[in-house]
Amino acid sequence: MWLWFHKLGSPPYFYRTAGRLIPWFAIPAALLLLAGTVGGLAIAPPDYEQGDGFRIIYVHVPSAYLAMFGYVAMAVAAAIGLIWRMKLAFAFAAACAPVGAAFTFLCLATGSLWGKPMWGVWWDWDGRMTSMLVLLFLYLGVIALRGAFDDAAKGDRAAALLAIVGVVNIPIIKFSVDWWNTLHQPATISKLSAPSMTMDMLGWLLTMVVGYMLFFAAVVTLRLRGEVLLRERGARWIRGLDGRA
Amino acid sequence: MLELKDVAVARSERVLFDGLSLTLAAGDLATVVGPNGAGKTSLLRVVAGLSRAHAGRLHWRGRAIDEGDPVYGRERLYLGHQPGLKSDLSVSENLRFLLQLQGAGFDQGTVAACLAPLGLAGAEHRPVRALSAGQRRRVALARMRLSGCLLWLLDEPFTNLDVDGQALVAGWLDEHLAAGGMAMVASHAPLGTRHPGRRLQVELGA
Amino acid sequence: MSGAWTAAGALARRDLRAALRRWGELALPLCFFVIVLTLFPLGLAPERDTLAAIGPGVLWVAALLASLLALETLFRGDMDDGSMEQLVLSPQPLALLALVKALIHWLLSGLPLVLLTPLVAQAFYLPTDALWVLALALLLATPTLSLIGAVAAALTASLRRGAGVLGILVLPLAVPLLVFGARATDLAIQGQSAAGPLYLLAALLALAITLAPLAIAAALRISVD
Repeated sequence: MWLWFHKLGSPPYFYRTAGRLIPWFAIPAALLLLAGTVGGLAIAPPDYEQGDGFRIIYVHVPSAYLAMFGYVAMAVAAAIGLIWRMKLAFAFAAACAPVGAAFTFLCLATGSLWGKPMWGVWWDWDGRMTSMLVLLFLYLGVIALRGAFDDAAKGDRAAALLAIVGVVNIPIIKFSVDWWNTLHQPATISKLSAPSMTMDMLGWLLTMVVGYMLFFAAVVTLRLRGEVLLRERGARWIRGLDGRA
Repeated sequence: MLELKDVAVARSERVLFDGLSLTLAAGDLATVVGPNGAGKTSLLRVVAGLSRAHAGRLHWRGRAIDEGDPVYGRERLYLGHQPGLKSDLSVSENLRFLLQLQGAGFDQGTVAACLAPLGLAGAEHRPVRALSAGQRRRVALARMRLSGCLLWLLDEPFTNLDVDGQALVAGWLDEHLAAGGMAMVASHAPLGTRHPGRRLQVELGA
Repeated sequence: MSGAWTAAGALARRDLRAALRRWGELALPLCFFVIVLTLFPLGLAPERDTLAAIGPGVLWVAALLASLLALETLFRGDMDDGSMEQLVLSPQPLALLALVKALIHWLLSGLPLVLLTPLVAQAFYLPTDALWVLALALLLATPTLSLIGAVAAALTASLRRGAGVLGILVLPLAVPLLVFGARATDLAIQGQSAAGPLYLLAALLALAITLAPLAIAAALRISVD
């Protein structure tokens, strides 16, 4: 196990392994996303309250899920990097951040699109949406901090520490925003909560969630290979790649 | 006492040198020489504990040096390019703080006696802001002498010093080594020390 | 351990002295605070009802921004003159030194803000009874803010243009302080008990005092490297 772990930490080995893994993530992801999209948009019955408008949850919910998952994954990788001085973990955290931020943005954008017919406005200070907005700021902070350093290794460590500080604060922020929200909107029920789901609605949603996760894995692995190449650009093994690998 | 085993030093992920091993015992002086960019400052920062070695191990008194090691922190003194003085505080306030930070005592008489040969007699209560670069360097060197540290790590200690100042510091180094101290000094200029103890030369970028 | 306390005391004295000899710089965030507050009535209409309604929120946001301004200088001086290297290399626990620096920073920038706020709150027609709660909430929230801010300041200490990044790092983390603080003030204005949010602010302070020094110390080690 340790040997394998160590081997995986070596950039050339990782680079090749990751290259082989990508199709295993990407192809099922494409199939599941296709099935989920068709199923969610065409096959699943319309919601009795929201009509076809609810179908945006097939994008909104999985992206919200991955937005949070991405931050936690990034923070875990950051902790591994800081504790065991594993450079690959820093590369993973760096690869994760923009993808997670993109999903957070997607979640906000779809929430806003959903909000227009439901609330009549593009933005409502709904608790979950506000938490997501703060999460986006946290992502941007990590990305901006890493980018601000001239020395990449130093930027990695600083961004890693910030990601850990962020993950400790997320539950507190979430709690405070929920608390704030319940106080200021006592009467309205948050309409962004998922409508009462029938089984076939839920099935397609799960398909989409799994598809999104695999897509996330594929994109992060792809980006991670790029990060490894960028970080190892002086190394000898890269010159041996001759563009095939 | 101080042992470096197969140390490699990198700056911004670029390895400057590797495989450096050396041992410093009581009375030993190591001079670090090499052209600009060879890694003299980086090496001293690694030995001081400000940066991590890219590879290899560092030991003090036979034990690996931890991050924030209190024993090593008490016995090692590092003097870098910046003297570490607050310009709004007086010379004596600065010295008192730096000595107490290191866990060393502060005695008005000793401090005055140390400042006198530096040409800073009576300057104890002047703010550091009013001193020249060379005088600030002298204050930092006074702190070095007063710290009671066993290992001195000096990065270009002669910067901004006039000839008299350099001779004085060389004399202090001799005294320190004769008393069983150790020093590692990066310098472009010859140190001019006379102490007959062991001398090592670390040549970087050769 | 006595050495550590001596060193912590010496650091506290040094920072206090150095800051008080440049008291003009200490006044800058306070001036900023008052000016921001002046802009609100100018930007809106000086109607008492409007101002009273937005008062608590505006006071809290202005206090947040003013402390952000003060944070910029927290570690900058020590980084520039080489003192930070000496702090990191000292045999004392760096987390303790970090805590001392953050608390002195609070004493010089947060506490004056706490003392000033009940005065400027008059301009927003806050009822007198609510002033005590406002002051107490600020007294609990500003040290937490100094500690969280110190983490971010330590992370950006070695950056030449750290100021912009600093805001992005600190403000999202300050959301809970803003929510609880403004809520406590609101409750007090309505004449209700503000105990709930005040306890939450106290809990956050306890958490920050425990964890933040470790994070500041780790960040400072990264910054001097």
